Amino acid sequence: MADSLPVYLDYGATTPCDPRVVDVMVPWLRAHFGNPASNTHAWGWEAREAVEQARSHVATLIGADPREIVWTSGATESINLALKGTAEFHQARGRHLITLKTEHKAVLDTLHELERRGFEVTFLDVRPDGLVSLDALRAAIRPDTLLVSILLVNNEIGVIQDVAAIGALCREYGVLLHVDAAQATGRVPIDMAHLPIDLMSMTAHKTYGPKGVGALYVRRKPRVRLLAQIHGGGHEYGLRSGTLPTHQIVGMGEAYRLARLEMQDDEVRARAFQRQLLGGLTDLGEVFINGSLEHRVPQNLNLSFKYIEGEALMSAIHGVALSSGSACTSASAEPSHVLRALGRSDELAHSSLRITTGRFTTQEDIDNAIAAIRNAVTRLRGISPLWEMHERGADVEAMQWSAAI
Amino acid sequence: MAYSPQLIDHFEHPRNVGSLDERHGDVGTALVGSPQVGEVIKLQIRIDPAAGLIDQACFKAYGSSAAIAASSLATQWLHGRSLDAAAAITHADITRELALPPERMHCAILVTQAIKAAVSDYQAKHNTRTA
Repeated sequence: MADSLPVYLDYGATTPCDPRVVDVMVPWLRAHFGNPASNTHAWGWEAREAVEQARSHVATLIGADPREIVWTSGATESINLALKGTAEFHQARGRHLITLKTEHKAVLDTLHELERRGFEVTFLDVRPDGLVSLDALRAAIRPDTLLVSILLVNNEIGVIQDVAAIGALCREYGVLLHVDAAQATGRVPIDMAHLPIDLMSMTAHKTYGPKGVGALYVRRKPRVRLLAQIHGGGHEYGLRSGTLPTHQIVGMGEAYRLARLEMQDDEVRARAFQRQLLGGLTDLGEVFINGSLEHRVPQNLNLSFKYIEGEALMSAIHGVALSSGSACTSASAEPSHVLRALGRSDELAHSSLRITTGRFTTQEDIDNAIAAIRNAVTRLRGISPLWEMHERGADVEAMQWSAAI
Repeated sequence: MAYSPQLIDHFEHPRNVGSLDERHGDVGTALVGSPQVGEVIKLQIRIDPAAGLIDQACFKAYGSSAAIAASSLATQWLHGRSLDAAAAITHADITRELALPPERMHCAILVTQAIKAAVSDYQAKHNTRTA
């Protein structure tokens, strides 16, 4: 492990496990190791009780019935179960699904797999602000459409889709709605008693819980039918077999209990930090905000610094852990599919930075981050021929560039 | 990303960043790459007419840290070279010196293209061609 770690402003990748969460987890790793499925003795009974209490904490955060919560290993598994499980169950009724081009790979890849199995998928464009147009969604729904899958809070640009309106539209056409809420729990209010959502995927580790545990919400009224994807001992109403990891489940429960209590305080602080980051960085000039600022969680800021390449920017920023919009570690240096879907030029998509704050972010972290980013941007623009041309008044976009190598 | 110390040094402390007057007869200028692919290198050389050797080389680069480091290294190597010796720098030389990972080798190729283009630009100004 590294000796000294940079300031952490990458809460969109994962959040630290809240120390209060760790504390409630540990006993279930030590003396209280029973299997929650052991119903013949007290070791099992106490574990079962802890699991059920955690289940109601998760249910409470989203206004659901505990019986609507199925434990999984995380959002990716929840998404796989929701999409493959409903597609397989209902395939006699139709074989068409709809999603957005800006979804997380867990949804996109799962739907590509369903395409290979003979399903048809429409990948909808979004508006330049990252939100889906209801008219476009309505137009995409066909008589054989089974399900729509929507990312509630986008992981890269933090925009919040209007799932209430989307859900109402889906109900109108008798189409199921799955919502990926991995980034949303504890950041936006969710009330299943009023939201027309049929399935919702959640994870613990983006809401101050441990990695490796998540849940799928499956509506009971009206009941949503799906087929299990992992078979075995028939745990979780037969929807997801496998011994329940008591300590992780207890951790997720506590994390979600705390999220409900602290969501408002977290939001107020995040909003102040977002304002400071914007104020401290946009005056560098030629800085673009990716995605709607209005319909966005305050914990997220995604900026493009024109005339600088993303990997170089990331390497030049010292002492702050951030994410880049381009998959800079890959050989292809492909710009982010999300920024591309917003209609951003490749160039702007390449030069983006995702700054995500959270519960343990301090004022000092923000001050350090602003200084570090400003330094890096100024230094790299001093090296950039494009910045030089821009300063001299050239229209860089309009120039003729030689073919790519 | 585990880059070599040489690469990191050139990226953190790039040599010969700057611009020469491209209209000057003794200056050869190259602009290669494109913003769309994420890499643009401007490389310039100035030739001492008496000696026929490069007495100044400078660059500006938009691109990954490897592209910036490779450009910086190239300008260092160009100093004091003849045009033929400049054009003889290969991408393998640059790749080796900076220990570029395979997925960044295209940066070295782009830099050698820039060197050749700068030499050609100078030669075009003087209507001379080497064999």
